[in-house]
Amino acid sequence: MTKDRMLDAIVIGGGHNGLVNACYLARAGLRTVLLERRPLVGGATITEELVPGYHFTTFSYAISLLRPEVVHELGLVEHGLMTMPLTTTFQPGWNGEHLLLGADSWENFHEIARHSPSDAEAARDLGRLLARCSRALKPWVDRIPPDITSDAPEELAARAELQEYADRLAPDVREMIERMMASSAAEILDEWFETDLVKAMYASSGIIGSRCSPHSVESGLVWLFHKLGDYDGVPGQWGFHKGGNGGFSQVLARAFEAAGGEIRTDAPVARVLYGDGVAEGVELEDGTVLRAGTVVSALDPRQTFTRLVDPADLPTDLVTHLREYRFQGTAAKVNFALSELPVFPTLGRREDIFRGFTNIGPSIGYLEEAFADCRAGRFSRRPFLDCCVQSTVDPDMAPPGSHVMSCFVMYAPYHLAEGSWSEEGPRLADTVEETLEEFFPGFRDLVIHREVVTPLDIERTIGLSEGNIFAGELFASQLFLHRPAPGWNQYATPIPGYYQCGSGTHPGGCVTGGPGRLAARRILADRALPLP
Amino acid sequence: MHRPRTTPFHERLAPLNETGIWKHWAGHLVAPQYQASLTQEYYAIRNAVALLDTSPLFKLRFTGPDARALLEQALVRDIGRCPPGRAQYTCWCDPRGFVEQDGVVMHTTEGEYLLTAAEPALRHFRELARQRGLPRVEVEDVSTDWGILALQGPHAHEVLGQLTDDAAPLRPFQLATTRIAQRPVTISRTGYTGDLGYEIWVRSPDAIAVWDALVAAGRGHNLTPLGTTALKMARVEAGLLLLGVDFQPSRQCWVDEERDTPLELGWEWMLRGRGGDPREFVGREAIEAERRAESSRWTTVGLGLDWRDYERVFVEAGVLPPHHELYAETTMSVYRRGGREWDLAGHIGSFLASSLLRRPIGLAKLPLDLARPGVEVDVEVTVIRRPCLVRARVEPLPFFDPPRRTAPVGRSAP
Ligand SMILES: Cc1cc2nc3c(=O)[nH]c(=O)nc-3n(C[C@H](O)[C@H](O)[C@H](O)COP(=O)(O)OP(=O)(O)OC[C@H]3O[C@@H](n4cnc5c(N)ncnc54)[C@H](O)[C@@H]3O)c2cc1C
Repeated sequence: MTKDRMLDAIVIGGGHNGLVNACYLARAGLRTVLLERRPLVGGATITEELVPGYHFTTFSYAISLLRPEVVHELGLVEHGLMTMPLTTTFQPGWNGEHLLLGADSWENFHEIARHSPSDAEAARDLGRLLARCSRALKPWVDRIPPDITSDAPEELAARAELQEYADRLAPDVREMIERMMASSAAEILDEWFETDLVKAMYASSGIIGSRCSPHSVESGLVWLFHKLGDYDGVPGQWGFHKGGNGGFSQVLARAFEAAGGEIRTDAPVARVLYGDGVAEGVELEDGTVLRAGTVVSALDPRQTFTRLVDPADLPTDLVTHLREYRFQGTAAKVNFALSELPVFPTLGRREDIFRGFTNIGPSIGYLEEAFADCRAGRFSRRPFLDCCVQSTVDPDMAPPGSHVMSCFVMYAPYHLAEGSWSEEGPRLADTVEETLEEFFPGFRDLVIHREVVTPLDIERTIGLSEGNIFAGELFASQLFLHRPAPGWNQYATPIPGYYQCGSGTHPGGCVTGGPGRLAARRILADRALPLP
Repeated sequence: MHRPRTTPFHERLAPLNETGIWKHWAGHLVAPQYQASLTQEYYAIRNAVALLDTSPLFKLRFTGPDARALLEQALVRDIGRCPPGRAQYTCWCDPRGFVEQDGVVMHTTEGEYLLTAAEPALRHFRELARQRGLPRVEVEDVSTDWGILALQGPHAHEVLGQLTDDAAPLRPFQLATTRIAQRPVTISRTGYTGDLGYEIWVRSPDAIAVWDALVAAGRGHNLTPLGTTALKMARVEAGLLLLGVDFQPSRQCWVDEERDTPLELGWEWMLRGRGGDPREFVGREAIEAERRAESSRWTTVGLGLDWRDYERVFVEAGVLPPHHELYAETTMSVYRRGGREWDLAGHIGSFLASSLLRRPIGLAKLPLDLARPGVEVDVEVTVIRRPCLVRARVEPLPFFDPPRRTAPVGRSAP
C-alpha cells in the first residue's frame, strides 16, 4: 500500500534494534517503513502465548544493557516501558548446598560467609570494582567507535580522545578492565575467591551465549560485557520487562507507530536494490519493490553483507573479515509451563528464591565438563542452565498459581558431530528436565508444556546465523573497532545509503538498543538532520 | 514493660516482616518495608497487587441531623455533592484559610459520615459544631473500632472480585457496604497510589478474617504486603501530598511561612464550581480573598528533573548517579534560572528517583510565575557534600496516571 507513497527509509528486520533505529528515523521526520519477515516484531525479543494463559519468552528473557539514552530519547516510558527488579540470584549446589543472594547487601555478605568469610568480603569489593568498571566503559559503549583504518583528522581525534579518557581512569579500574579483556574468568576468580560455588556463580556470566568455558581466555570479556548494563541505576543488575521481553518490543512498536512509522509483518526482504552502487530500495520475497534512499539492515553481518547484497560487489577485505567472523552458536533454550513452583528440598516451598536468576552450574568443574561436550560436538550431558520464573514477578505471565520458567541452556553447539538438531532437540529438553529434576526433585511432574529452541531453531526462526544469540561472538576480536569488521564499524556499508544496525554492530548483542541508536545517529548525521 | 500499640492486623503482619524493622505511625507499629527489596514492593503496586494496613489513621464518625451541616461548614469541598455511597478527598482549614488537614470522607448511609485524618480532629469538629450552633450532630472517634486495608494495583479487582461482586461496579470514589468472608465491610474505590485500588474498612474483631480472605484470594496474583515507604514512593508519582512532609497542620505551625492555603497546595480544583455554593466553610473568606487578589505566595507543582543533567553532575564528580530506591522527604532548594545566580525561588518537599518513570521527580512549591508547565528551574542536588544545580521542568500532576485507575473494571473471572 505504500507502493506509491515516497519513502525516505526502509529498515529490514523488526528485532529490537531495527525498531529502535526505525523510531529514531521516524522521529527525525523520515517516512520510514520497517519490514519484518515474521508475523510479529521483536526478533530475539518476543513473548509468545504458546499455551493459553502461559506467556513464553521464547528467546531473550531479561534486560540490563538497554541504553538509558534510548529510553529517554524515544520517550519509551510513555509507551509502557516497565522493567521490574530481579531481586534474587539462586545458585544451587550439591546435597542441598546453595547460595541465595537477594536485595540486602549485608544478608548477602552473611550468606556467602556461610561458605567463606573471605569470599564474603571479596564479593563486596569485587562488586564495587565491577560497578566502577561498568560505569567507566559507558563512554565507549555509547559512542560510534573510531575507525582504525582511517587517518582522517576526526578519526585521529576520536582515538586520541578515547586514549586520554582511558589514561584518566583510576588505576585499579583500568587494570581490572585490561585484565578482563585478556584473561579467563576462572583465572580472575581464583584471585578473589576460594569457594567453588561462589566462583561458579560469577563464572556463569562469562560463558553466557558464548563458545567458551570459564577457563577460556575469552570468558573475562564476556563476563565484563554482561556487567555493562544496570537496573535502576545499579550497575550489573538485571530486570524483567512487564509482559516478558516481548513486552519491550511492543513498547518500541507503539513508539514507532506513534512517530508515524509503518510496520509491515510477513514481509521478508529478498535483497537490497543498489542499481548504480547506491541503495535504492528493497525487493521482498514476493517480488514487491519498495524504494527509498536509505536502507538499513537490522540483520546480522552475514545476512547484511552476503544475503541481502551480493558479496562480489563488496571490498575483499570486508568479505575476508566476514568469513572469519565467528558465529558458532552454542546456546539453546527450553521453556516450561509449570503447574507449580519447583521445590528445592533444603529451602522448602519458598517463592522468593525464584524471583531472579537460578543458575544451575554448581562448580567450575561442572561448567568445564559441560564445555568439553560442546568441544566434542554434542550438547552438554549436564548443561549449565540460567533459569528464571518470570511469573513470580509478573502475575500476567501465567494463570494464577501456575508459572512459566525460562531456561537458557549452555552448551548446545550449532554444528553437531553426530545427528541433527531435529532429533537432538527433544533429547536436549529431556536432559534439561533431568538436570532440573536433580536439583528440584519432582520437577518433571510439574511440567505442563515445554518448548525447545535449538541453535538451528534460532537461526531458522529469526535469522541469527548459526544461532549465535549475539549476532556474532562477543570476543575482543569482534567488538568495538572490529564489529563487524575494521573500517566497517561505523554503521555504513560499502554501498552508499545502505546501513547496518543489528547486534553485529557496536556495542553488540543483548537487548541494548545501542546499535539501533548509534546507527540512527550516523544516518541522521549523513543526512544533516538534527540528532536527538 | 510498655509495648507499642498495634493494629488489628498485627498478628498477621508481624511474621511477614522479613526486615525486622518497625516504625511508629501515630503510635502504632507499622512496617516501613516487609522485604529486602523496596523496589519489589513498589512494583507490586504497578504490576500486581499490594496490600497495606492503614489502620493507624484517625477515624471520625459523624451522625445526627446536623452532621451534614457541620461538614458543609467544616470542609473545603461541598459535602452536599457527596451522596450516600460516595467518598470525597477533601481538606479543612483554619479561619485564616490555612490548611489543617486533608482526608477522605465517606458518606456511608444517609446521614452517616466517616472521615480519616492523620492527626486527631475530634475536638476540632466538636468545637466547630458548638461555635456554629449545631447541637444535633454526634462526632465520635471510632479509630480503634475499625481496621483499614488498602488493596492497590492492576490486579486489585481480580483479587477483590473473588470475594464479593459489589466492588466491580464501583467507580472511583464510590463505595459499597457488603461482606467479605461473611464479615461486614465498607469498600471504597480509593487509595493513595494513583493506581487502580480499593480501601476496605472492617470492624476490628473481623480484621484477621478479612485479611486472610484477601491474602488467599491474592495467591496467584503476587499479592505483596506493602510497607509505608513504597507507598510513599508511589504517591509522589501520583502527585499526592503528604501531611507532615509537603504541608503541616496550621495549628502546629509557629509562623505563616510554615503554613499553606489550599491554593498554595495546588488544590484549586477543590474550590471549582464554588460560584453558587453558599456555604460559609471555615476559611472561605480568606481563600476567596486570596484567589481574587492572586495573593498566593506559591503553589504546589510537579517538577521533573532533567535526566541527563542529573547524571552529568554526578558523573563529573566521578561518582555513580543515585537512582535506586531513592526517596527523600528533605527540603531541596529550587532556583530561578536566567537571572542572578542562586536566586532561591522555592523548594521540593518530596523527592523520588522514579524507577517507573526513569527519572527523578519532586513535589515542589514555586511562586505563581514559575508554576506553569514547561517552565524551567534549577534544583539543588548535593554531590559529594557540594551543592550542584540540575535543570528541572514544571510538569502537570500527576506524573503517572494509568487509565486503569479510573476505567470501569470487568466482573472478575469466576
Ligand atoms: C535464546 C536467546 C536468549 C537471549 N537472552 C538474552 C537476554 O536474556 N538478555 C539480553 O539482553 N539478550 C539476550 N539475547 C540476545 C539478544 O536477544 C539479541 O542480541 C537481540 O535481541 C538481537 O536484536 P536485533 O534487533 O539485533 O536482532 P534480532 O532480534 O535477531 O532481529 C532480527 C529480525 O530480523 C528479522 N528478519 C530476518 N531476516 C529477515 C528478512 N530477510 N527480511 C525481513 N526481516 C528479517 C527476524 O525475523 C528478526 O525479527 C538472547 C538471544 C537469544 C537468541
